[in-house]
Amino acid sequence: MKKVQGFTWTVEDVNLISASETWGDALVEAGRRDPAIVALTADLGNSTKIQRFKEVFPARFFNVGIAEQNLMAVAAGLAATDHIPVVCTYATFASLRAAEFVRTDIGYGQRNVKIIGTLAGVAYGQGGPTHHAFEDIALMRSIPGMVVLAPADGDELTDALLAALAYEGPVYLRTGRGTELPIMKESKEAFAIGKARTVHDGRDVTVFAIGLCVQEALRAAVRVASQGIRVKVVNMAAVKPLDVAAIQAAITATQRIITVEDHSIVGGLGSAVAEVIAESGKACAFKRLGHQDCFLPMGVPEDLMHIGGFDEDAVHAAILGLMQTSSDDAVEWEDGK
Amino acid sequence: MISLPRSPLSNEECQQLQAAALRVRESILRIMYDSGSGHVGSALSQTDILVALYRGALRVDPKRPDWPQRDRFVLSKGHGGLGLAAVLADCGFINPEDLSTFGKTGSALGMHMHHRKLPAIEAATGSLGHGLGIAVGMALGVRLKTWPSRTICLLSDGECYEGSTWEAALAAGAQRLHRLLAVVDRNRLTMDGFTEQEVPLEPLADKWASFGWRVINCDGHDFRQLCSNIEIALAEPDAADAEAQRPTVILAQTIKGKGVDFMENEAKWHYGALDSVMYARALASVRDQHKALS
Repeated sequence: MKKVQGFTWTVEDVNLISASETWGDALVEAGRRDPAIVALTADLGNSTKIQRFKEVFPARFFNVGIAEQNLMAVAAGLAATDHIPVVCTYATFASLRAAEFVRTDIGYGQRNVKIIGTLAGVAYGQGGPTHHAFEDIALMRSIPGMVVLAPADGDELTDALLAALAYEGPVYLRTGRGTELPIMKESKEAFAIGKARTVHDGRDVTVFAIGLCVQEALRAAVRVASQGIRVKVVNMAAVKPLDVAAIQAAITATQRIITVEDHSIVGGLGSAVAEVIAESGKACAFKRLGHQDCFLPMGVPEDLMHIGGFDEDAVHAAILGLMQTSSDDAVEWEDGK
Repeated sequence: MISLPRSPLSNEECQQLQAAALRVRESILRIMYDSGSGHVGSALSQTDILVALYRGALRVDPKRPDWPQRDRFVLSKGHGGLGLAAVLADCGFINPEDLSTFGKTGSALGMHMHHRKLPAIEAATGSLGHGLGIAVGMALGVRLKTWPSRTICLLSDGECYEGSTWEAALAAGAQRLHRLLAVVDRNRLTMDGFTEQEVPLEPLADKWASFGWRVINCDGHDFRQLCSNIEIALAEPDAADAEAQRPTVILAQTIKGKGVDFMENEAKWHYGALDSVMYARALASVRDQHKALS
């Protein structure tokens, strides 16, 4: 296998290695430049790519055992001594198990800690709901000051991690399986925290997507193009801070918005976009795709995405559904008459 | 910097610490009376430990609270903030006049204090079972920086019910953090009553020892014992002695409400309020001890 080094990630490189390996090497490179970077895990030092950091900087790597609460507290303490801790554990445990430690020690404590939640959504589908992480965004984005990033592929994950390291303050970064197709390398816009990136242009419907669902939305957009439906697909990798201007523009431009995420429709991207639409006071047809407030069964991720209704087929159906609506249907309301 | 007393304490040094502790106890009562209420029982049980630390052991400097190589003190029992504020004022870290703002909206001083609002605070605590893990992170951090700093964490015995305390204890033992000292304010009372009648914590020393800690039992109100044991705990072990590279816990046997006769060993004074009559009685109780001292 070709060995990839440094920050010169090409599409070819990403084809050779999985996304999770990319960020592991990027972290090592960052660690070489900045001795303040330290890494921590709760017994996932060999099953996540934080292993790379452990191999190169054993003295700056801490495995606290299967103890996620302590993982977050220790990270806060390391940040208090001028370190930049990068914490890596499964998304479900980083959020739910350690919630109060993330909120109080890192969020309220305003500690410069970067939390990487791996196997988000149904990436670990066969583990069942104990290992499905579909509430992590809802929880993390409700913590004041917490940046929440959900990149779409390996390139963007690496860019997001480097942006998180350059940013002063707590960041939650959710990752999938590492098998996402490379799509963001083609983007003309550089990754920036708080900035949405358009991956497919259109003027009939806007689909806001995160993570693996960006490529699902992209496929659906291509599928309906032959029917003359022009779909704009926007990668909303930063769920917080949210690119409010991008949503406001979509309300005006397409008046039809779909959100799709491997996360609950309660509190995730769908809720975040809904909040902006509701406060805009403008009419807009709207559909949230994601976990429909339910526990999905054990199963392979592709099947669960289909059953749960956040794959290409679901986006396709939602596009066709929204195309039945028209802003002309909206009843004009005139105050006081 | 506050000077480190030699061990053992002379009678004069011991009397000075006792006098400081009585000043702090008076201050606790005044802050509590002015602000309306407070965790007075917990503040009084930890007072002698804090005075021993701040007047004897901690390498900290009120003029430079952010001095990188300082010792770190984490008040894991965050509700002891009432007592910590009184000690910080007595040791020059905060202006004693500011104590009148304690508990008022917008004040940096209050029940659970924050490092961003008050530089003398190392970590915002209040929820139990967080401080030891943060202290472990700090101890790892200063070791990486090769600073000589020690990390001291004061826990309530009630925090020994929290699973996260034991997660942290396990990690500290495994990391052989010999410059980490935990002090447990073992007053044997929680809000609901006696620990040993609720869910027994004993044998507590055995529990800590089995997690890889050196355990020292001591009277948490006897300055000679407190100071010499803190000094022993923080002494640099022989680098060749692998067995000595362990964190230390001092189980400080204390009395909740210590120093105010009608509050001692009473669960109801975990948190309370004083009317003017009770305030006068409480002050008199402390002042009687002051008179006996001089």
